[in-house]
Amino acid sequence: MLSCQEASRLASQSLDRILTLRQRIELRLHQMICSGCRAFARQLQHIRQACRRTESSEGIDLDTASLSIAAKARILQEITVKQRERKQ
Amino acid sequence: MPQTIPPYDPAAWLTEHGDYLYRYALLQLRDDAAAEDAVQETLLAALGAWERFSGQSTVRTWLTGILKHKILDIFRKRSKEPQFTTSSDDPEADLALLEKSLFDANGHWLQAPSAWNEPESNFARQRFWQIFLACLAQLAPAHAQAFQMRELDGLSTEQICKDMNISSTNCWVMLYRARLGLQQCLEQRWGDRQLV
Repeated sequence: MLSCQEASRLASQSLDRILTLRQRIELRLHQMICSGCRAFARQLQHIRQACRRTESSEGIDLDTASLSIAAKARILQEITVKQRERKQ
Repeated sequence: MPQTIPPYDPAAWLTEHGDYLYRYALLQLRDDAAAEDAVQETLLAALGAWERFSGQSTVRTWLTGILKHKILDIFRKRSKEPQFTTSSDDPEADLALLEKSLFDANGHWLQAPSAWNEPESNFARQRFWQIFLACLAQLAPAHAQAFQMRELDGLSTEQICKDMNISSTNCWVMLYRARLGLQQCLEQRWGDRQLV
């Protein structure tokens, strides 16, 4: 039987590689009887979903915010300077 | 397979995506000047990174990826708190040290993870993300880097091992270490153990 320490390590690895059949069964069995490790696995999923979510524009609702003309001019100038430096 | 790569046009990055990037940065940073700086830093970094742009994503997604790293840099600078974790050259030893504070001698949780509230509204999601970024900024740089590459950039562990020049075992250990650090930090700031 896996300990919580072993189970949480496997729960993390399951997000990065395909576990062996034996590991998957052991992890599943442990999680069936351990609410702490079930919660831990859900937390990891939660973190992953939060990271994925920002891939889309969802949540960006500051429709009116935009760069000021002055800021755009300044940034454009910086880009031009940097490009010139890079060409040399 | 050849991908259609849009022409190299940095001025267009600014005119077409500048406002989007700015809003994205503003949302995370809540500070006009810092958001402007983050956009500028992003576009300047993009000049040097253009050769590596493969055309597999849109220019906007590519720029947003660079921006995320810049935002994290800013969070890291802002964080006055001591780092949650330190990293040593030996990822296993480093992990063992943390595990000692989380599990008893039999490998049971000293304090079992709690069920977190699922942030359902946009507002709650943003709040979670803010806390998450602050937690990520507290990780040791190597752990945060591995985590960023995996979860924010969506790279495979093979790619991360190659880029960071570590074995795949160490890569899994680093990612686990990063997740445990984040989990502990979020447990305190988001979960039931929240210090009010």
